[in-house]
Amino acid sequence: MSKVTITVNGREMSGEAEGRTLLVSFLREALGLTGTHVGCDTSQCGACVVHVDGKAVKSCTMLAMEAEGAEVTTVEGMADADGSLGVIQQAFQDHHGLQCGFCTPGMVMSTAALLKDNPTPSEAEIRAYLDGNICRCTGYHNIVRAVMAASGQDVSGLGVVAAE
Amino acid sequence: MPKDGGIGASPKRREDIRFLTGEGVYTDDIQLQGQCFAYFVRSTVAHGTIGTIDTAATEAMPGVLAVFTGEDFKDVGGNPAGWLINSRDGTPMREPKRPVLAHGKVRHVGDAYAAVIAETYAQAKDAAEQLAADSEIEDLPAIVDMAAAVANADNRVHDEIPDNLCFDWGWVEDNRAAVDEAIKNAPHVTTLELVNNRLVPNAMEPRASIGEYFPGTGDYKLTTTSQNPHLHRLLISAFVMGIPENKLTVVAPDVGGGFGSKIYHYGEEALVLAAAKKLKRPVRWTAERSESFLTDAHGRDHVTKIELACEEDGTFIAFRTETLANVGAYLSNFATATPTFLHGTLMAGPYKVPNVYVNLKTVFTNTAPVDAYRGAGRPEATYSLERVIDKMCRELELDPFEVRRKNFITPDMFPYTTPVGLVYDTGDYNATLDKAMEMADVDGFEDRRAESAARGKLRGMGLSTWIEACGIAPSNLVGVLGSRVGLYDAATVRVNATGNISVMTGAHSHGQGHETVFPQIVAEKLGIDPASVEIVHGDTSKIPFGMGSYGSRSLAVAGSAMNNAVDKIIAKGKKIAAHMLEASEDDITFEDGNFAVAGTDKSLSFGEVAFSAYVPHNYPLETLEPGLEETSFYDPGNFTYPAGAYLCEVEVCPETGKVDVVAFYCADDFGNVMNPLIVEGQVHGGVGQGIGQALCEQTTYDADGQLLSASYMDYAMPRADDVPFYQVDYSCNTPCTHNPLGVKGCGEAGAIGSPPAVINAVVDALNSGGFTHITHIDMPVTPSRVWTAMQAQ
Repeated sequence: MSKVTITVNGREMSGEAEGRTLLVSFLREALGLTGTHVGCDTSQCGACVVHVDGKAVKSCTMLAMEAEGAEVTTVEGMADADGSLGVIQQAFQDHHGLQCGFCTPGMVMSTAALLKDNPTPSEAEIRAYLDGNICRCTGYHNIVRAVMAASGQDVSGLGVVAAE
Repeated sequence: MPKDGGIGASPKRREDIRFLTGEGVYTDDIQLQGQCFAYFVRSTVAHGTIGTIDTAATEAMPGVLAVFTGEDFKDVGGNPAGWLINSRDGTPMREPKRPVLAHGKVRHVGDAYAAVIAETYAQAKDAAEQLAADSEIEDLPAIVDMAAAVANADNRVHDEIPDNLCFDWGWVEDNRAAVDEAIKNAPHVTTLELVNNRLVPNAMEPRASIGEYFPGTGDYKLTTTSQNPHLHRLLISAFVMGIPENKLTVVAPDVGGGFGSKIYHYGEEALVLAAAKKLKRPVRWTAERSESFLTDAHGRDHVTKIELACEEDGTFIAFRTETLANVGAYLSNFATATPTFLHGTLMAGPYKVPNVYVNLKTVFTNTAPVDAYRGAGRPEATYSLERVIDKMCRELELDPFEVRRKNFITPDMFPYTTPVGLVYDTGDYNATLDKAMEMADVDGFEDRRAESAARGKLRGMGLSTWIEACGIAPSNLVGVLGSRVGLYDAATVRVNATGNISVMTGAHSHGQGHETVFPQIVAEKLGIDPASVEIVHGDTSKIPFGMGSYGSRSLAVAGSAMNNAVDKIIAKGKKIAAHMLEASEDDITFEDGNFAVAGTDKSLSFGEVAFSAYVPHNYPLETLEPGLEETSFYDPGNFTYPAGAYLCEVEVCPETGKVDVVAFYCADDFGNVMNPLIVEGQVHGGVGQGIGQALCEQTTYDADGQLLSASYMDYAMPRADDVPFYQVDYSCNTPCTHNPLGVKGCGEAGAIGSPPAVINAVVDALNSGGFTHITHIDMPVTPSRVWTAMQAQ
C-alpha cells in the first residue's frame, strides 16, 4: 500500500492505495466520495466519469497512483458555492433528466466536459458525445433535453411535454 | 387543493437533489465497521458435475476468513417459485430445488458453487481464483436450444426431469377444439414463426447485498438491491434460511433501477447473511457487471408460432399460438407466471376476436434463469399479435389502420370478457389510434418517404396497438390461478403531532419518483402543502407488509392503499372535529384542509385537529382513541388495462442494412395522470428499452452454453445516438373504474408497445424498396441481419 494524495473538488485528500487500485475505488472507498459510481467492468457505462486535470476521464480506466498530485473534480464538486445545484445539475432536475440516479453523476460530468469544449452543442453532437454514458431509465430523451437546456438552448418544442 | 404540487402537477422531483449531488445512498455506498467481503466462485461450464472442492489452499491465503460450498447449504430450503402452474393434463409443474450454492451439479455458466469471505475485496477475489483451480467440475453436455432440450430425453438439466419440460400449458384449454376448427375452416390464415429475443435487464446499478448479524439480539439485517424488501424477507425467512421473519430486517436503500431483475431473491443474499452469522461481522458483496450478465434473471426468450384466422376483409376469427419459453436452469420466483398469466391472458389484445388458444411449454436449459423483465409476458404477447396482424394486412393488401379499427373492442362493449379470461373494464382504442395518427402526420408519410428516398434511404412506418394488464391484482383470482402470494399493497399514513405527515408505503421507488408523486396525492386529498408529506419506503422495520414495485403496480395498488388510508384519517378527523366544534359528525365537511360545520362559519384547520389527536385535552376519549395514524391494505378488484397506439418511422440503408429509428409517436391511455412529467419519463424509458430490443440487444449463448454477450462490449445497449426524441401523449384517458384514483399504470407501456412498431416499420421499409420476399425479420434488426435478409432475394 502506498499513500496517494490528490486534490478533490478543491481540497487536498490522501489515502492508501495498492498498485492495482483504480481511481474510482480510491475515490469511493479510501476517500468516501461515493457519488462516483461503478456500473460495469469494461469502461463502457460511464457512471464513473470524473474530471482529472480538467479532462473527463472514466475513473475505472485509471490507477489511483496515476492521479497522484492531480486536480480531480467529482459530482460532489458540481454544486454552486452556496450549495445550490449548479447549472447542469439544475437542468437535469428541471427536465427530468434522471430517474434512478445511478448513471447521473457520469452524465453530469460528461455534460460538463462537453459544454466546456462546445458551449451550444446540437442534438446530434450531444447524442454522439454521450455515447460513452449508458442510461437504462430515461431512453435519453430528457437527458438530451437537459444538456441542451444547460447550454441555454430552447427545448420547449422537443417532444410533447405537457408538464412545462 | 394545494396551489401547486397536487394531483396533475409536475413538481420537480425531490429525490433528484441527492442523486445530482452524489448524496444518494446505494447499497455499495454503505461502509460498515468490521466489514468483510464475499466473492463467489462461479461455474465456467454450462453443465457439470461437482467433484472434490479442496478448500485447504484457499483457506490459507492472505485475509481469508471463511469458505462456503453447496455442502454448507444442502439442508436449508430452496429458493421457491411463486406461482404453481399445472400442465394441460392436470399434472403440476416440475419444481427442482434452487439451492443457495450449487450442490452436486452446476447448471449454467455463472452458477455459484462456492464463496470466499476475506478481509478485502481483492483478497476474496484472489482466493476465489485459487478455489476455482482446486475445484473438480466434470463437464457434461450442455442443453441450450429449447427444441433440442425437449426432444432429447437423455440429457437433463435436472436429473429428475426427463424431458426438460417444466410444464405444458393450455390457455384456455376448453377453447382448443373450437379454435382448431375455426382455423381449419377460415377463409384466410396467416402464419408467422418468430423469436422474442432474450434480453438482459441491465439496471445500471449491479446487484449488491450486505449481511449483518447482531449476536446480542439474534437479529439479522440484509441491505440489498430490492424492488420489494418484504418479499425478500418473506422468501428468506419462510423458505430458504428459516430465520424468523421478526428477526430479519431487509432494507432496500436507493436502488439504481430494477426493471424486474431486482424483484427476485438470489442466493448471494442468503450467503451474506449466513456468513455474517458465522463471522459475526458485516459481509458484503457487489456484483461485477459480468456477474450481472451471468446471473441476473434474463427476460423474454420465446420461440412462437402464431396463426391468425380471418375473413377476407380482415375480420379476426381466431388466434392460435404455440410457444417454447425458456426458464433457464432454475425457476426464478415469477418465472412460471410471466409466460403464462402475464402472456397467455393478453393474447386477445384490444380486439374482439371470438376465440383464442395459447399453448406454451416452458423449458429448462443450461442458461441463466429467465423471469419478468419490464413488461414481462405482455411484450411477448403484443409482439406476436401485432406482427402477425401486420403480416396478414400485407398478404391481403389491407390497410393496417382500418384492420385494427374493424377489430377493436369499442367503448360500448365494456366490461368486456376476452376468450383468454380477462375482463377489460374501460378503454377507447380508436381514440388513441386517432391521436397517434394525428401526431405522426400519417397523411404526410409518402412525402417523407420520397424525401428519404432522395437521400438513398428506405423509409417505413409501423403501427402497434397494444394493451396490457397491470396493477397486479386480485389476490383471490391469482390464488385460483396458482399464485402462492397475495397481491395487495399497504400504506400507513401517520399524521405527526405538529400536523405534517409520514407515509409508510409497501411500494419501493427505484427510479419511479414515488417520493415526489405520492405526496402530491396525499396533499391534494388533505388540502395541505406537499412539502409537509414525507414518503418512507424500503425498510421492513418501518413499512407495512406490502408486495413492492413491479408490473406497473405502485400507484394502482400501493397508491390506492395510501388513498384509502388518507380517507380513514379524514373520517377520524371528522369525529374529532365534531367533538371540538360541538356538532354532529354528519354535519362536518372536509374541504381545502378545513373541517367545518356545514352551513356555519365554524371550522378547524387540519393541523388543529391533528394537534388535538395527540394532545387530547378536548377530545372524546371515551369513544375515540387518541392519535391520528391509519393503515390500509388494498387488494385490487381487477387488473388495470392501459392501452395505446404507437407509430414508428424508420430509415433503412439499402447498402448496409443499418436501421435508424427517426420518429416515434406514443398515444397512451393510462387513466388519470398524477404527474405528467414522470409519466412521460416512464414512457420514454420503456420505449428506449423496446427500441433496444428491436434494434440491438441480443443475449447469445453458444452451443456449449457459454454466454458470448456477457459485457457491454458484446451486448449492445441502446445509446443516446440509437434513439430519437419521442412524441408522447396521454390525453385519451379513460379512468380505471375499480380503483379510487382511476389510474392504470405507465411503467411498462413503452417496452410493450414499441418493439412491434419498430419491426413493422422495418418490414414496411424493406418491402417499399422492393424486398418483397421479406415478410418477417427477427429482432434485433442489426445491420448484418437486415443486409443478409436483403441478399436472400
